[in-house]
Amino acid sequence: MSAVSPAGSPLAANRQGERIASFEGRYRREQNVRRLWTLGYGALFVLALLASVAVSDFSIPGLVQGLPKAWNYIAGTLPKLSRATLGADLADWFWGLRYWLRLLFETILMGFIGTVLGGVLALALCFAASRNLVTNSAIYFMARRTLEFLRTVPELVFALIFVFAFGLGPFAGVLAIAIHTAGSLGKLFAEVNENVDERPLEGVRAAGGNWPMVMRLGVVPQALPNYASYLLLRLEINVRGASALGIVGAGGIGQELYVAIRQFEYTDISAIMLLLIATTSVIDITCETIRHRLIGHDLTGAD
Amino acid sequence: MLELNKVTKRFGDTVAVNNVSLSFAPGQMVGIIGRSGAGKSTLLRLINRLTSIGEGRITYGDIDVAALEGKQLRAWRARCAMIFQQFNLVNRLDVLTNVLIGRIGTAATLPVMFKRFPASDRASAVMALDRLDLLPQGLQRADTLSGGQQQRVAIARALMQKPSLILADEPIASLDPRNARLVMDALHAINKQDKITVICNLHTLDAARAYCDRIVGMAHGSVVFDGSPTQLTSAVIQQIYGDESEDAVDETLTSTMGAQLPVRTAAERHLEAAH
Repeated sequence: MSAVSPAGSPLAANRQGERIASFEGRYRREQNVRRLWTLGYGALFVLALLASVAVSDFSIPGLVQGLPKAWNYIAGTLPKLSRATLGADLADWFWGLRYWLRLLFETILMGFIGTVLGGVLALALCFAASRNLVTNSAIYFMARRTLEFLRTVPELVFALIFVFAFGLGPFAGVLAIAIHTAGSLGKLFAEVNENVDERPLEGVRAAGGNWPMVMRLGVVPQALPNYASYLLLRLEINVRGASALGIVGAGGIGQELYVAIRQFEYTDISAIMLLLIATTSVIDITCETIRHRLIGHDLTGAD
Repeated sequence: MLELNKVTKRFGDTVAVNNVSLSFAPGQMVGIIGRSGAGKSTLLRLINRLTSIGEGRITYGDIDVAALEGKQLRAWRARCAMIFQQFNLVNRLDVLTNVLIGRIGTAATLPVMFKRFPASDRASAVMALDRLDLLPQGLQRADTLSGGQQQRVAIARALMQKPSLILADEPIASLDPRNARLVMDALHAINKQDKITVICNLHTLDAARAYCDRIVGMAHGSVVFDGSPTQLTSAVIQQIYGDESEDAVDETLTSTMGAQLPVRTAAERHLEAAH
């Protein structure tokens, strides 16, 4: 029987009506179930939100009262610039420019080396942490937990430990960044690995490849653009992160910023902050451009 | 001689391959036909151990395939080169490297990590590519090639493995008729010139009839026919492809090879059936 019954046969029309009515019923029931789930999840979300507001003391009046104070602090750090003596004022404001730029350079290098070291470690661990690439679940479990440990301990805590072990200076900061990076990049890399096309892997395996060969020739070529993209994203984050590590004495411009804050050198604070913001923006923009080019190239270049 | 003795493979409750015993003499070109899900792919994957063998024995000379491990298993996989329906090339590597992957079964791990292959390997890869008319594309990325070219790259990769047999799993199912013919011609030439056994899963009858010395029909995991193309009568075809509920199988509807092959007319087929 075709979808539309002939008009002349009331029996057939009746049956079709029944079928449509029963489908309509099924559709309604299905809709109701879905609506119920949505409501349930919505209620859970609101509950969680209310609970966290209560626990974290978040309050709108507090925000309204506090905001002007925060602004006062920021405004207090800005120097008085007059048009007549602009050059001299600026020179006065950025009196430590050469020293700060050196520290800034050190900060960027810390972020860079930390990212590279962490990336290498992440690459070494990510294959064992990919569900589709390991059959031995004990190895998978161990790799996952290791990565978790590396990234859940905050950078600052690692930095404190390493400052204690290796002394003040950027070396401790680099290690702290590398370890945290290994943990977070390893997880992201593993997720990339879990999304690769299985067919080339099978092709390599069928040619007689062992496990490392399947990883190198089957997985890595597919995952490489995404690895690079995540690595650059991490570099952005790490340069920002490196500037805070100075607070615990682990090198970089953070140390100088912390001294300025502690000694109420207000104009120094704003000068260093401006330099930091400018640098991180430049790195952000550069990395983002490269990342987009990588991903965009892959989108147009692939199948 | 490759021999399968009472081989059975189960995935959970479904029996993919059911008590199959077959032997393949060296140099044969064998077509395995059957509906999707008849167990053809599983059968090939059992032979090169991409799937572990459940029950029964698979032997090649005095090699017990089920017992192979590590280096020997890799060498065995290299000896029975596999061609896949979806080519299974590494898209982002160039064609030459894809062909060189045919050598990893006997290569050391460390050089492969840096994609280093001896010059002699590169020379034979170039020769294999030239044989398949793909030398101009040798330095392009594999995913820039057409489907038919990619499948020929896969055949070049298979040749690099210096195989004793080639297992082709639906090699032409994703290709247009012209490319399907090119690929089947290449497999046929390799079979005849290099005396390499070719076992080829096909879901179309005309390709099997046109290229194979011997046809094995599978249905629901079991072998239901094993003979020469001329013995393949419409009653047998019905048994391989038909179900009780379905109408007679029309052979011309399963054609992938296009009109240039000598397609038998219905009358001829009836004649054959009468023999």
